[in-house]
Amino acid sequence: MRTSARVRGLQYTALLAYLVFLAFPFLWLLSTAFKPPRELAGLHPTWIPEDPTLANFRQAFDEQPLLHAALNSLLAAVGAAVIAVLVATPLAYVMARYRSRLTAAATGWVVVSQAFPFVLVIIPLFLVLKNLRLIDSVPGLVTVYVVWALPFALWMLTGYVRAVPRELEEAAAVDGAGKLRTLVSVTAPLLAPGIVATALFAFITAWNEFFFALVLLKTPEKQTLPVVLTHFIGAEGVADLGPLAAAAFLATLPSLLVFALIQRRITGGMLTGAVKS
Amino acid sequence: MVPPTEARVREPGRGAPGPGRPPRAGGPGAWFLVLPALIPILVLSVGPLLYGVSLAFTDAQSGRTEPTQWIGGLNFQDLLHDTLFWESFRIGLVWAVGVTVPQFLLALGLALLLDQELRLRWLARALAIIPWAMPEVVVGIMWRLVYNPDAGILNETLRDLGLGDGRDWLSGLATALPAVIVVGVWAGLPQTTVALLAGLQNTPRELHEAAAVDGAGAWRRFRTVTWPALRPVALSITALNLIWNFNSFALVYVLTGGGPGGRTRLPMLFAYEEAFRYGQFGYAAAMGCVMVAVISVLLAVFLAGRLRGGEDA
Repeated sequence: MRTSARVRGLQYTALLAYLVFLAFPFLWLLSTAFKPPRELAGLHPTWIPEDPTLANFRQAFDEQPLLHAALNSLLAAVGAAVIAVLVATPLAYVMARYRSRLTAAATGWVVVSQAFPFVLVIIPLFLVLKNLRLIDSVPGLVTVYVVWALPFALWMLTGYVRAVPRELEEAAAVDGAGKLRTLVSVTAPLLAPGIVATALFAFITAWNEFFFALVLLKTPEKQTLPVVLTHFIGAEGVADLGPLAAAAFLATLPSLLVFALIQRRITGGMLTGAVKS
Repeated sequence: MVPPTEARVREPGRGAPGPGRPPRAGGPGAWFLVLPALIPILVLSVGPLLYGVSLAFTDAQSGRTEPTQWIGGLNFQDLLHDTLFWESFRIGLVWAVGVTVPQFLLALGLALLLDQELRLRWLARALAIIPWAMPEVVVGIMWRLVYNPDAGILNETLRDLGLGDGRDWLSGLATALPAVIVVGVWAGLPQTTVALLAGLQNTPRELHEAAAVDGAGAWRRFRTVTWPALRPVALSITALNLIWNFNSFALVYVLTGGGPGGRTRLPMLFAYEEAFRYGQFGYAAAMGCVMVAVISVLLAVFLAGRLRGGEDA
C-alpha cells in the first residue's frame, strides 16, 4: 500500500508530538536534579543547567536515609520476586496443563483480584499482621507483596507453560522418564526464561509499590524508598527541589534497567498471546 | 506500577496447544504442586477479603480496648448521608472516566502510528518504558516539578509563549483535578498502547489490502477491517483501565494529597484517611464494599460487552 507524502508528514508530526509528551517530564526531572540551588531559585528556569552540579545527590543522601531505604526496598523486592515465582510456577503448571474445579477457581481469583480496592484488603491484613507481629517489618511486607504479585505471575507463567509443547513431555514419558524427571529435565529448562521474566516483573512491581508500604511500615528505618521519597515532599522550598529530583531519579534507575531487560519479552509475549487468543 | 497487560488481556483456557481439551487433574501430585500457592492465597487474600467485608458490619476502630460489636448496616446508613464521601465518589468517577477515555484515544493514535513503517519507532518504544516502569511516587514527584509555579517548566513555557504568568496548577481549585488527570493519562499511556498494538497486529493484513484495492478510504478501512478485530482488546483494556484508575492512590496522594479542599480526594484517599488517620476501620471497610459494588457493575458491563464482541468476531 502506498502512502502519500502529505500523510507521511502528518504521521511524523503526530509521532513527534507523542515523543515530546512522553519524554519531557523525565527530561525536566533530570534537568532539575543537576541544577544548583541558585539556578532553581532563579526567575527563568532553563532546560539545560548552566552550572551543572552533583551537590543535589549528596544533599539527598544527607537529608534522608536513602541508602537504608534502598536496602529495604531491595530486600522486599527480591524476597517477593523469588518467593512469588517459587510458589506460582507449580500452580501455573497445573492451571495450564489440567482442567479441574480448582484451576477454574484459581483463574476466577486472578480475575477478581484485579477489582479489589486495596482498602478492603489492607485493613484486615493490617490487623492480621499486627497479631502475627509482622507489622512494621520487611518480612511482613514481603508476604503481602508475594500475594499481591501472584495474580499476574500466574497469568504470565500459565502463558509460558502453554508455550511448551505438550508433545515434548509425552515423548519423554514414552522414553521412560518419570513425571518428576520430565518436569525437571524437559519442562523446567524451556520454562526458565519465562520464569526469570516473571521474577523480574515481580521485582519491579514490589520495588515501585507504595500503598502497602505506607500503611504497614511506620518506623523510619524500616521504610522503603517510595515512602521515604514522600518525606521530601510537602513544605519543600524551591531550593529543595534539586535533592528531591536527584533522589527520585536514583529510585527509578533499578526499575528502568530491569524493565529495559525484559521489555522485549513482555511486549513480545503480549503479541504472541494476543495472536493465539 | 501495574503488571503487563499481556497477562491481563489474555483469556485463560484458550490457546492451549495440541488438539482437544486439557485433561482433568489427577492424583495427589497435583495437590502437591498447588498447595504452596493456595495457602497464601487463602490466608492473605481470600481470607482478608471476607474479613474486610465482615468488618464493614462492625464498629471496629483502631486502638480501642472494648470489644468490637456487630452493628448491622449502620455504617452503610451513615455512608448514605455522608456527603463528603459521595463527593469523593463523584470525583473518583470523573477521574476514572477523565483518565481512561483520553488514555484510550491517545493510545489508539499512537498504536496506529507504531503499526506503520515509520522511522523513530524504536525511540517511541524506548520512551514508553519510562512511564511504565517508573514508581508511581516518582511520577508524582516528577510532575510536581513540571507544575511547580516558580521553577516548573510548564509556567516558564507559557511565559515564553506570552500566555500569561501561569498559575499554581496543583493548588488551584479549578485546575487541580484536570492537572492530576493529565498525569494519570501520561502514566497509563504505554500499557494501553502496547495492548492495542497487539490487537492491531492481529488484524488480517490481506483484508486490509483487499479493501484498499477496492477503493475504501482510510476511515472506511479502519471502521470495517481494523476496528472489528481490535474491538475485544479495546474493550478489555478500557474496562481494566477504568477499574485500575478508580482504585488509584499513590499518584494523587503524592501530587495533591487530595487537596485543595478535597477537590482531588479520590475514594481510595478518602478511605485511607478514614482508616489510618482516624482509625475508623469499620466505616472505611464499608466504603470499600461500596467501591467493590460499583466496580462489580463495571466488570459486569465489561464482560457482557466482551461476550458480544466475541459473537461479532
